[in-house]
Amino acid sequence: MNVIKYKNIFLSIGGVVIAASIFCIAYFGLSLGIDFTGGSILEVTFTDQRPSIEATEDAIAVVGVSDYSVRTTGDNGFIIRSPFLEDDQRTQIMENFAALTDGEAVSTSSDEVATSTESAAITAQPVATTSTTTAAGVVENRFSSIGPTVGSELARSAIYGIIAVVLGIILFVTFAFRKVSKLVSSWVYGSVAIVALIHDILVPTALFAILGVTMGAQIDLLFVMALLAILGFSVNDTIVVFDRIRENLQEVIEKDTNDSFADTVGISLTQTYARSINTSLTTLTVLAALYLIGGQSTELFSLTLLVGVIAGTYSSIFIASPLLVKIHEWQQEGE
Amino acid sequence: MTKTRITAVLILLAGIFLGLFAYNTEINPDSEYALKYGLDLSGGAHLVYEADVSELDETQIDPAMNTLRDNIEQRVNALGVSEPLVQVEETSISGETRHRLIVELPGVQDVDEAKKMIGEAPLLEFKLRTGNTNTAPNTVDSLFENGTTSTSSATASEADNYESTDPPLTGRFVESAQIQFGGGHGATNQPVVLLNFNDEGAEIFGNITTQYTGEILGVFLDGRLISSPVIQTAITGGTAQISGNFTTDEALELRDRLNLGALPVPIEVVAEQTVGATLGQTVKDKGIQAGIVGLILVSIFLIAWYRLPGVVAVGALTIYILLMLLIFKLIPVTLTAAGIAGFILSIGMAVDANILIFERVKEELGKPNVSMQDVIEEGFSRAWPSIRDANISSLITAVILFYIGTTLTQGFAVTFGLGVLVSMISAITISRTFLLALAGDERTSLKHTLFAPGLRTGKEFNQHIG
Repeated sequence: MNVIKYKNIFLSIGGVVIAASIFCIAYFGLSLGIDFTGGSILEVTFTDQRPSIEATEDAIAVVGVSDYSVRTTGDNGFIIRSPFLEDDQRTQIMENFAALTDGEAVSTSSDEVATSTESAAITAQPVATTSTTTAAGVVENRFSSIGPTVGSELARSAIYGIIAVVLGIILFVTFAFRKVSKLVSSWVYGSVAIVALIHDILVPTALFAILGVTMGAQIDLLFVMALLAILGFSVNDTIVVFDRIRENLQEVIEKDTNDSFADTVGISLTQTYARSINTSLTTLTVLAALYLIGGQSTELFSLTLLVGVIAGTYSSIFIASPLLVKIHEWQQEGE
Repeated sequence: MTKTRITAVLILLAGIFLGLFAYNTEINPDSEYALKYGLDLSGGAHLVYEADVSELDETQIDPAMNTLRDNIEQRVNALGVSEPLVQVEETSISGETRHRLIVELPGVQDVDEAKKMIGEAPLLEFKLRTGNTNTAPNTVDSLFENGTTSTSSATASEADNYESTDPPLTGRFVESAQIQFGGGHGATNQPVVLLNFNDEGAEIFGNITTQYTGEILGVFLDGRLISSPVIQTAITGGTAQISGNFTTDEALELRDRLNLGALPVPIEVVAEQTVGATLGQTVKDKGIQAGIVGLILVSIFLIAWYRLPGVVAVGALTIYILLMLLIFKLIPVTLTAAGIAGFILSIGMAVDANILIFERVKEELGKPNVSMQDVIEEGFSRAWPSIRDANISSLITAVILFYIGTTLTQGFAVTFGLGVLVSMISAITISRTFLLALAGDERTSLKHTLFAPGLRTGKEFNQHIG
């Protein structure tokens, strides 16, 4: 397989994938999680049969929370996302859930609330008669609450983090390849590595845009972590190929052979295929194990990484190096 | 050659020792070297409070935050959870510095109760004794002078005879408390606790003492009557003395609690994360299970594809993982889900370093090098720049994430960064020593077959047998 010969095809595929990803992200939009927007996530499991979604929604609505969403999780659980919950609101929701398992209709108790307090919105009055939040029937697995200011800070530091990593890498690549600037400036190596990185970030992000619509996936800090890991992996991969190009170019320069830049890149790619593919395979094996048996909380994380690693492998073989040759050709035509 | 083989045996022995250490410190629940897991994996509550320092001068903020931390620490310790953590954090957003307090409560059962204990002041109340009761207050002297009321003599029934003033006067209005010896008119050198009310408190206190002169004003701490003096005259200066026949220690404790009662700055929960112990345990167990299955699959792949070097890689990886566990245990590093992700990724990098080396060794097999030692040394030195550059770029990522990131990304950055460093060292020392020790000197067709990865046989390299 001569990647360099067919570089236009591979680059076009890369271009189409990038365009399609941007389209998906723009069309479906990204749904940001509470890590970035602020709000609360409550995850509960019912020990017996879980109540219907409608009953659950009623139990939340009577507390005066609006804009919430209820999704099922596991066999007997729910994940409830809502705006920032006050302590007593959460306590009350848990009490209502406990009441649901006792077979008490929430609608009657909601009447009590409506009559017993002026505003049903925030009230310390228990809706049901159940005494404690840890009452039989329902267990609170997880509760996260992020205030809006903290959320916007996290979003900011996530974006800064990604930008800083990308900049750090372009500077390092430029520095590491300073000695082979003769044919192609070392800045080009750095920039090409970044194009590959952008490809690798866009693909999993587009996946999340689609998953956001189909199954309510949200962009959270774990997703950002996955992106950063992909950045690391992809740059690693690209650098190994570039390194081989650097090594071969130095020989070409020293021996003053007539090998063209394109040939040298082609040879370097051939020499590094096996390693690129084997490294990706081993990484994908671990990730697949994590995806299949790692449990629900890391499912999306490992899926993001799986997609990102595949994108990263493609970009380091079929985008970065062909693009390097392409840019070299443009430069020559320009001269 | 012999030297390399001795080194290889020593490394193996060290590996066995590391394995035993990791195993023993994990099965012994009391071991101080057992791995420490973050709240997301062990269950517990992570609370982030923001302090409102808008009322303070720039110079007052740091001392106030430190006092706040000490106060909260005392309250948290009273909760009885093991290894709680209270720390001050500063975050700067667009030039504005926010002062936060992070409270971690591992394994806490009732988070609401904990938040109450943390966020609310110990309750100091002043209550008026209601009229006709047949039990006279224990000895009551003059108000806020040398009172002799014993702190322990007040009974619950006695406490029932008091009711709150209107508006209620509580510790919220106490600005500071001090201790004084021999205060008042008494000749004794007994300590008294001196309260300074804030303006609002001074006004309420003034009104009460004006209106109820001659009556008894009880001082309650957390619902317990600690002193029941008679109001002698109206006091409008905003200071009051509690003299309760204290020992010096009691007086000191009361002073501290009153000072604690008034948190130096108001605080508010801005973020909270609570993970049930069962969920954390499940995540941890499944993650470890996935890690082990993944490693076994990778090992099978490495041995199947790279043959003898594959075996070496699996050995080196095992020692690498044990080394990382040792580091996690010794520093110690608290493992969170993000941290484990970073660790797994670093294992990927460690595998990659080995793959890079083996591919290069394979290439060198096709060249007329003199001996197997040359083949392997050359393979290593050729693979080195790639390993170095790839790892440096990973380290750059880790360092940036550590400095810019949040707690979560830092957990990732620490394990990933450490992992990359250690994997680089283990690839060039452990894998190298093992390979050299196994390769010997002579190039034989058997060795060519054993060292040739993939679907090749040794035949295509056999022309170089020396």
